[in-house]
Amino acid sequence: MLEIKNLHAHVEGNDILRGIDLTVKPGEIHAIMGPNGSGKSTLSYVLAGKEDYEITEGSITYNGKDMLDLGADERAAAGMFLAFQYPIEIPGVATMTFLKTALNAQRRARGQEDLPTPEFMKLVKEKAKDLNVSPEMLRRPLNVGFSGGEKKRAEILQMALLEPSLCILDETDSGLDIDALRIVSEGVNKLRDPNRAMIVITHYQRLLNHIVPDHVHVLSRGKIVKSGGKELALELEENGYADFIDEEAA
Amino acid sequence: MAAVQETIDQVKAIDVDQYKYGFVTDIESELAPKGLNEDIIRFISEKKGEPEWMFQWRLDAFKRWQTMIEPSWARVSYPKIDFQELHYYAAPKKKEGLKSLDEVDPEILETYKKLGIPLAEQEILAGVAPENRVAVDAVFDSVSVATTFKEELAKAGVIFCPISEAIRDYPDLVKKYLGSVVPISDNYYATLNSAVFSDGSFVYVPEGVRCPMELSTYFRINEQNTGQFERTLIIADKGAYVSYLEGCTAPQRDENQLHAAVVELVALDDAEIKYSTVQNWYPGDSEGKGGIYNFVTKRGDCRGKNSKIAWTQVETGSAITWKYPSCILRGDNSVGEFYSIAISNGHQQIDSGTKMIHLGKNTSSRIISKGISAGVSENTYRGQVSAHRKATNARNFTQCDSLLIGDKCGAHTVPYIESKNATAVFEHEATTSKISDDQMFYCQARGLDEEEAVALIVNGFVRDVIQQLPMEFAVEAQKLIGISLEGSVG
Ligand SMILES: Nc1ncnc2c1ncn2[C@@H]1O[C@H](COP(=O)(O)OP(=O)(O)OP(=O)(O)O)[C@@H](O)[C@H]1O
Ligand SMILES: [Mg+2]
Repeated sequence: MLEIKNLHAHVEGNDILRGIDLTVKPGEIHAIMGPNGSGKSTLSYVLAGKEDYEITEGSITYNGKDMLDLGADERAAAGMFLAFQYPIEIPGVATMTFLKTALNAQRRARGQEDLPTPEFMKLVKEKAKDLNVSPEMLRRPLNVGFSGGEKKRAEILQMALLEPSLCILDETDSGLDIDALRIVSEGVNKLRDPNRAMIVITHYQRLLNHIVPDHVHVLSRGKIVKSGGKELALELEENGYADFIDEEAA
Repeated sequence: MAAVQETIDQVKAIDVDQYKYGFVTDIESELAPKGLNEDIIRFISEKKGEPEWMFQWRLDAFKRWQTMIEPSWARVSYPKIDFQELHYYAAPKKKEGLKSLDEVDPEILETYKKLGIPLAEQEILAGVAPENRVAVDAVFDSVSVATTFKEELAKAGVIFCPISEAIRDYPDLVKKYLGSVVPISDNYYATLNSAVFSDGSFVYVPEGVRCPMELSTYFRINEQNTGQFERTLIIADKGAYVSYLEGCTAPQRDENQLHAAVVELVALDDAEIKYSTVQNWYPGDSEGKGGIYNFVTKRGDCRGKNSKIAWTQVETGSAITWKYPSCILRGDNSVGEFYSIAISNGHQQIDSGTKMIHLGKNTSSRIISKGISAGVSENTYRGQVSAHRKATNARNFTQCDSLLIGDKCGAHTVPYIESKNATAVFEHEATTSKISDDQMFYCQARGLDEEEAVALIVNGFVRDVIQQLPMEFAVEAQKLIGISLEGSVG
């Protein structure tokens, strides 16, 4: 469903992505690991349609459609979702309001009616309960003053509500305590579906114990330098990235 | 939340022209000859059937006005206004002595309908619970064309009528209060208004009465080359309460039109007045051509102890806005509030703010101002907070936030603070921010398009003020914000 070919991205004079190839099929979970600064978040931003990056080469195709022509909102409507590594604060906009605006914006873009308010409320309450997000948090302005872990849970709540067909999780596990990690992982697993794919960016094996990937890729200096099965993550946990990075430098 | 969606709907419904109130009503008008002199003042006074004292009052103002010069301290620029080139009176031609709405020109009824203001009471009543009813006074150019719910209000003892009618029917009240808050000689535009004011609303809420519904006046300028000089006077007697809203629109015309209003509020002991404005005069086109020059003097006098006056304004229209709704906190323990959203886009210039004059003991005031600038507009907050020698324990809190959209607009904050009493405590906070690219991307990554994202972020920015508006107007205001910012991004 997602096909990335020879993707090169450039920002402020730096080549950050230097030829990425990745194919993701429906139902698959791909984990992306790699050292700090290797370009993982950049890849997620480029997929989601952030405009700061110049795509100098390559293509992104999603369900047969060229994504590079589409704006971020159109990609969202097409079913892509990015759970941000650093979620953004929107002062004065209650989380509930934000959720409703986003959901209805996507529904409209797909030619659907707005969800009536009572149904929406019911839906949010249900999903929020699963993720241990309190009604009080739903009334607060989105991400403003949320703790690191609360922000991550709010991201997953958005994802659960919007039901995207491609979920990109950028270090959703960082900042979560042990219980929250379990709750969030359960939330993500609940969304596992033969028609839905996920790209999970993480530094730690422990997330992959909960969300078991089909494929693991190592990103280094803007390239995928190694791909394998779930055992690759264990290997990395043991030995670090040194082997692959050296390989690449040589 | 739904309002944001509606905003968007509305934004989408608009194509080239963003200002949807720009239509002209094709109607025959009776105009005063162009220019300003004693004969014109007599003409206006006679048209209104005014008593001699009122004419003398106007004449006095006119004489003073001739000795005054136009103020130039505001951060606005515009070509010199030729006051002799304006018509000072324009009224739709009609039968004399209208008795009921049935006699109002159907063109005018249609106009208000298009503006979303139904004037036929049966229409308003359909499906509206009594507590949600709003009485409307509709002012078209220089005259009030209809006032609804008068009888129902009269049952509660509330007087709500055009000021021209009040001058004839309640001369004692008018004589006592007119000019008592904004004196004839107050400032250039207020003095001009005192000489030539045409119509506006009069409200008197008697002692101990809580006005049973929201009152509102809807101002519409239609005629070309006409100044609108409305005059509003609201009195809340001891222990009374009233909430009042004014709305304004004008057709889209290439030349500038002048609007110089005066609003006076008087709150006696334990009384409370809430005055809300949604100002949406024609702002001019994208090149800065046309639009209303809005020079307005609004002042409330907390004359009695424990009285309270709250101004809430949503300013989105006009080419130039010059407006400082103020409170004189005369009564001990009186409270003044000012909540403002001022949005400037295109070539608009706004210089607006408030004055809180603390005279009595234990008086307090609160100012929340949210300025949003886009396009090549200039947006200035100008505020004065002062404590008189006897104003022990005066308190003020001012929060003044500016939001910039794009980098060709300007936001300025000009606070004046003076305290002659050592016990006064005044706090002032100010911030300036921009809608960040990160916020935009975040919202867009969730499916909002650019306009939706801006409307959502701006609505968040102004939330504290929107909450002060009566419910139904809050929804209106949110829509208006989206529309006003149409075309501000990308
Ligand atoms: N706007 C920018 N301007 C300049 N350099 C940038 C910009 N955005 C990203 N970079 C650089 O690109 C590289 C990749 O950054 P990216 O955030 O994608 O890394 P990451 O793999 O997500 O790292 P981490 O594990 O720390 O989250 C970094 O060296 C970063 O400094
Ligand atoms: Mg990262």
